Amino acid sequence: MSAPLVEVAAISRSYRMRSGMFGRSTAVHAVDGVSLTIPRGETLGLVGESGSGKSTTGRIVLGLEPPDRGEVRFDGKPMAAPATAAWRAQRARMQMIFQDPLGALDRRLPVAAQIREPLDIHGVGMAAEREERVRELLRAVELTPAHGARYPGALSGGQRQRIVLARALATKPDFLVCDEPVSALDVSIQAQVVNLLADLQAQLSLTLLFISHDLRVVRQISNVVAVMYLGRIVELGSADDLFARPEHPYTQALVSASPAPGRRSAGRIVLSGDPPNPAARPQGCAFHPRCPRAVARCATETPILSAVGGDRQVACHLVTGSKPATKPETKAATRDAA
Amino acid sequence: MPPLVSIEGLSVAFNGVPVLRGVDLKLQKGEALGLVGESGSGKSVTWLAALGLLPRHAQVSGSVRLDGREILGAGEAELDRVRGGRVAMIFQDPASALNPVLTIRRQLCETLALHRGLSGAAVKAEALRLLDLVGIPDAARRLSAYPHEFSGGQVQRIMIAMALAGNPDLLIADEPTTALDATIQAQILELLSSIRREMGMAMVLISHDLGVVAENCDRVAVMYAGRIVEEAPSNQLFADPVHPYAQGLIGALPPLDGPRRRLIAIPGTVPDPASMPDGCAFAPRCALAAEPCRHAAPSLAPVADNRAVACIRAEASRRALLGMAAE
Repeated sequence: MSAPLVEVAAISRSYRMRSGMFGRSTAVHAVDGVSLTIPRGETLGLVGESGSGKSTTGRIVLGLEPPDRGEVRFDGKPMAAPATAAWRAQRARMQMIFQDPLGALDRRLPVAAQIREPLDIHGVGMAAEREERVRELLRAVELTPAHGARYPGALSGGQRQRIVLARALATKPDFLVCDEPVSALDVSIQAQVVNLLADLQAQLSLTLLFISHDLRVVRQISNVVAVMYLGRIVELGSADDLFARPEHPYTQALVSASPAPGRRSAGRIVLSGDPPNPAARPQGCAFHPRCPRAVARCATETPILSAVGGDRQVACHLVTGSKPATKPETKAATRDAA
Repeated sequence: MPPLVSIEGLSVAFNGVPVLRGVDLKLQKGEALGLVGESGSGKSVTWLAALGLLPRHAQVSGSVRLDGREILGAGEAELDRVRGGRVAMIFQDPASALNPVLTIRRQLCETLALHRGLSGAAVKAEALRLLDLVGIPDAARRLSAYPHEFSGGQVQRIMIAMALAGNPDLLIADEPTTALDATIQAQILELLSSIRREMGMAMVLISHDLGVVAENCDRVAVMYAGRIVEEAPSNQLFADPVHPYAQGLIGALPPLDGPRRRLIAIPGTVPDPASMPDGCAFAPRCALAAEPCRHAAPSLAPVADNRAVACIRAEASRRALLGMAAE
């Protein structure tokens, strides 16, 4: 197997936040010791709720923001320092797609001009070649040159996201970070864009980091899925297996909270408590105040992401070893007795 | 039993452009009805029109009866008793529905005074009871807090408390959990279901999320381009959708378990209301469309008990199914 395209080693990023005008500033740990590897041509799905640090992780992996600690390696080399020539060359090989295509496009420019822009910036080919490349890109995202002449306002939401995708592909990147790319789209259009993304990935052997809160869409497109909670990965595993047999209590609640047609809500795990606040991260396991299975140890000791059998990694004191059905129970029982 | 709400031929046009094109809908007392469809299909406009909440330039026609009384075009005084009293509504963005510079107590008490005529100690006690009911912890102290001091899920709980203040017979929840995280969405949906059972209230749940509607409603109506295209009990709709659009919506949803398959996307996009195709509005995107589909718009016709579909092809297939002679 060749070396993975993207290697992320224990990256952390915190921001200073002031509460009130004269309040003391506190550190918000948006991302805390996240490690990931994405093999070439594969998709890593990153799921979590708002404030889990999934978008910040995406921005750091792309080099839009430096990590405080840790390192991102792209194609075996560390990320170049921002705003250098090496950084620009590297950045042409990695692109980003955002949730809101209208916000990512300039409303006063025909969309073909916007697809062309990265080619101009990175000085790809002659003028005539660039025009041809724009037409080729429009075809790749199943649009026509007539669409290219329009302004973003005259296109539908799904068509706009195709334009954003075409622009991201202009520099022939190896790696795409997609941050909630289909969340703003209607179901029927969402399916079109997900299928298109899967086709393009296969044709161009793209490597994807796919960030979304929608478990269904993530499973559809990902090989491996990482679940984040308050800046940390709490569970990691192959997509089908992770959603079929979630081990971490948070992943179990997330899967259970995902509504399914044809199934009544009976037996659904409803978590109590508020959504997590990154500015007030609980001690020990960050999930313990909302966890239905938490024991005393969870409030003091932070669990470490560790292998529990197969390709699954879980950060939970109650999930250990390859036989999760028996081991954690005896462990929890002795701890309660103690 | 006479229906609680009966909507007939409800149509809405903005500047001559029709956005709602003849909606017929009945709702029984205590029933949970789901309304699904994509953006622009008319799910919200149906209820905004029914309650007289659309801007003045909207042209509304048809009939909306509440307990047999016509409320479409009713006077302001009567509408004021209906809105917030007999029929309450909550929206997707709860934060913008609250006044940021007034405490929760002021806003809850205002609603109670208006619709229940309570005052003094009674209104404060009722406000506290409602906040407790929707699961705001430490309600007595939190009454004097401002909207920004609550999380998104809690603000939606407060909106539900305000909606319940008038003891409504019908709660219209318009995308109530769309802006919330998955685990908080589960909390709010469970709260809505338990309150509805306790109070015997009817609910209309408007959502683009088929799963949310399927799990929380008895009956579902699917809307497309300003019309209802299929209506069925929710378990039947998801097990066996008849209208090609309903089939398409369900096929487009990625599965969470079982083998992965390529998503069945509906080609094309929703038609522009200003240039609606002749005949069935879905025909240009429909795999089953035949020549007659392009001439006359099909009307909602029963296909089985409690099931109705607006599709020429569906009627034909159903006749074949029941062995009835074609006309």
